[in-house]
Amino acid sequence: MVVELGHFALILALVVAGVQMVVPALGAWRGDGRMMAIGEPAALIQLGLLLASFIALGYAFTTSDFSVANVFQNSHSTKPMIYKISGVWGNHEGSMLLWVLILALFGAAVAAFGQNLPATLRARVLSVQASIAFAFCMFILATSNPFARLDPAPVEGQGLNPILQDPALAIHPPLLYAGYVGFSIAFSFAIAALIEGRTDAAWARWVRPWTLAAWLCLTLGIALGSWWAYYELGWGGWWFWDPVENASFMPWLAGTALLHSALVMEKREGLKVWTILLAILTFSLSLLGTFLVRSGVLTSVHAFAVDPERGVFILGLMVIFIGGGLALFALRAGELRQGGLFAPISREGGLVLNNILLTTACATVLVGTLYPLALEAVTGDKISVGPPFFNLTFGPLMLPLLLALPFGPFLAWKRGDIGGAAQRLFVAALVALVAVVVSLAVFQRGPWLAPFGIALGVFVMMGAISEIAHRVKLGSASREEVLRKIGNLPRSVIGTALAHFGVGLMVVGIVATSAYQTETVLVMKPGESADVAGYRLTFRGVSPSQGPNYREQIGTFEVTRGGEPVVALYPSKRIYNQPPQPTSEAGIHASWRGDLYTVLGDAQQDGAGYSMRIYFNPLVRFIWIGALIMSIAGCISLADRRLRVGAPIRGQRRRSSPQPAE
Amino acid sequence: MISCGHAMRCLRRMTALLAMLAVMAVSAPVQAVEPDEILPDPKLESRARALSLDLRCLVCQNQSIDDSNAPLARDLRLLVRERLKAGDSDADVMSYVVARYGDFVLLRPPFKWNTLILWLSAPVLLLAVGTMLWRSTVGAPRGGTINAAGPPLSRDEEARLANLLEVRASDPATPPDEGRPRQPG
Repeated sequence: MVVELGHFALILALVVAGVQMVVPALGAWRGDGRMMAIGEPAALIQLGLLLASFIALGYAFTTSDFSVANVFQNSHSTKPMIYKISGVWGNHEGSMLLWVLILALFGAAVAAFGQNLPATLRARVLSVQASIAFAFCMFILATSNPFARLDPAPVEGQGLNPILQDPALAIHPPLLYAGYVGFSIAFSFAIAALIEGRTDAAWARWVRPWTLAAWLCLTLGIALGSWWAYYELGWGGWWFWDPVENASFMPWLAGTALLHSALVMEKREGLKVWTILLAILTFSLSLLGTFLVRSGVLTSVHAFAVDPERGVFILGLMVIFIGGGLALFALRAGELRQGGLFAPISREGGLVLNNILLTTACATVLVGTLYPLALEAVTGDKISVGPPFFNLTFGPLMLPLLLALPFGPFLAWKRGDIGGAAQRLFVAALVALVAVVVSLAVFQRGPWLAPFGIALGVFVMMGAISEIAHRVKLGSASREEVLRKIGNLPRSVIGTALAHFGVGLMVVGIVATSAYQTETVLVMKPGESADVAGYRLTFRGVSPSQGPNYREQIGTFEVTRGGEPVVALYPSKRIYNQPPQPTSEAGIHASWRGDLYTVLGDAQQDGAGYSMRIYFNPLVRFIWIGALIMSIAGCISLADRRLRVGAPIRGQRRRSSPQPAE
Repeated sequence: MISCGHAMRCLRRMTALLAMLAVMAVSAPVQAVEPDEILPDPKLESRARALSLDLRCLVCQNQSIDDSNAPLARDLRLLVRERLKAGDSDADVMSYVVARYGDFVLLRPPFKWNTLILWLSAPVLLLAVGTMLWRSTVGAPRGGTINAAGPPLSRDEEARLANLLEVRASDPATPPDEGRPRQPG
């Protein structure tokens, strides 16, 4: 009964979305205020219906109602409750329902918080937003109904893929989707602006908080996925340039570019046409990501849906939204007045460089991901495009970006002084040089470029610190003055510096772990020891154990350093009951130097020992800590009163921003 | 060396199971590089590892033979080591493997006519996006000291400039009481 109600609520949501798509747009076109006003209640009702639908599916999962095909295929009665809940989105149908739910959530947020948007703009935004919701509700109902019943109902379910039964992966999809789908707001605003034929700084100020919110969710989501892959897949890697990873990375790159170009548009009314285009492209890449993962076209790590009918449907949706958006752009972009002229060396110039490099990097990932598919379709030739390709093409684009990054915030708008910026970065450059020497001394082997990579990361981090130090006049003003200035720093400035600091930290982690990871592969018998990165690991044997829905073999390592006990590590091998599938759980000891990462292999044929894999990953945590810092920085920026959702009213804005921009 | 039937079986397993790792599951007690594969000469071994990173495990999705635990990946790893022991150079080993398995085995595709677009897209796009953005916003000389060699402003542009400066005066970044255009530089 509940399940049928959920199904019915989904159908109603489709109808409401249809109304919300058509009526407010018509109203905006005819200047009819009452028709436009339908947008807000419709958006809220749509959210309510989708929420009800989602809760109904959640109810079926938590009560293990195996008469629902989706629950039967993806759940099991003995599964822990958290994975029964995460099972709702751990499959194709449920995750698409989550997708539209989050879409509706963003739409409703515009309805609720967009009171000060011009009426026609708000009506059009809600209408475009509803058109996406309509299309995806249609997709779910036509090809991926999560509420389909089975008759007769099976007694037990088939279970969830064990590698997906993990806390990080339970919240990874919702975060990722909040990022993907959040960019729909930027898209809807862009389309609405093109229909209206005008955009201004206020437009950018409305769009930026939404983009920022989506961006920080996507950052967290990608980082969580990478962290999960690191500890779950068991070979110490954290990024594989897998097509499905790329699918989420492309919107992230474009979204990052969009955040920066919208800044130029907001402050200087420059880059208008480009910002609109980026807004369309960013969401297009989100749709492409959804298509790549959901259509099964890649059949890769995460592609759990292999069904051409769905692929064709999503492809159709993509053609409509991306094609329609770009066509509208081509027709109307000429009418948008460009403003905000500036010299090459200026804050704007720096942000343009950022955009050139980020969009090219994004395009490289796009081409690398799709090229093998396209080539095979056209010529039948099969080629592989893997990590060596991406490292070779993506890496060189990041170098100038990172090198230029610290200069950006030191350049004035319109026309900057590169010499002055360089002077202010003198200390940062000095610290970076020290970093070269230190890393040469600490890691005596490894590629000769690596110390410079680390130095680049340090330069970016120190650049961010220098910017804050310069703003609060550290070293030249009195202590009270500095403290007062610190208290008065706008949150967006703190957010920017912190995000850039996070980028630098991440770069240090990436370079250190890529260049200096050590791997030891050996056979160990109980009682034997191995020395890795200053640690001594003594293998104490393997014992069997029983988990809630799996059996496991747990290996025990005693780890000492300089004779002092440090920790005991328990790498294990599990076999899940349903589906009967083994997984490997790494035993990891994290410290500020890096991670000691142990993987239990198989018993040797003669029974006299186990094959072991012991990694030391220097500074690897910096990667995720960096991403976390970037997300926190996003939150801080979001809390800036000038960026508060719906804040932009001219009078208010003036009163609330007493600080000059530089 | 590996039968088609075997490869097909692997592929069927792949699609049947929900994720790549499942392969490890069914296909037995093999982990990526095993202790018994490692060459006694560390120089040779590190060359073998470097080559392995560029070679694709043919029955896997986007995994190098260095990462993969599929039996075919192990066969390839052993083959690479055999060739190295026989005294082949890195390039010899790669061309030996490519001759047997085709370009598909290379994770870094060779620069050929059918990969022209792949390899050239990044530099071409960099130039295209760069020129487009730069010219539409920065490149055009806007008078005075920014680009002294540029042509003088047209009357239309003068008017736009005056208009812009006026807009600047009411810019949020400028305190409201500072009602004059700020001096650039």
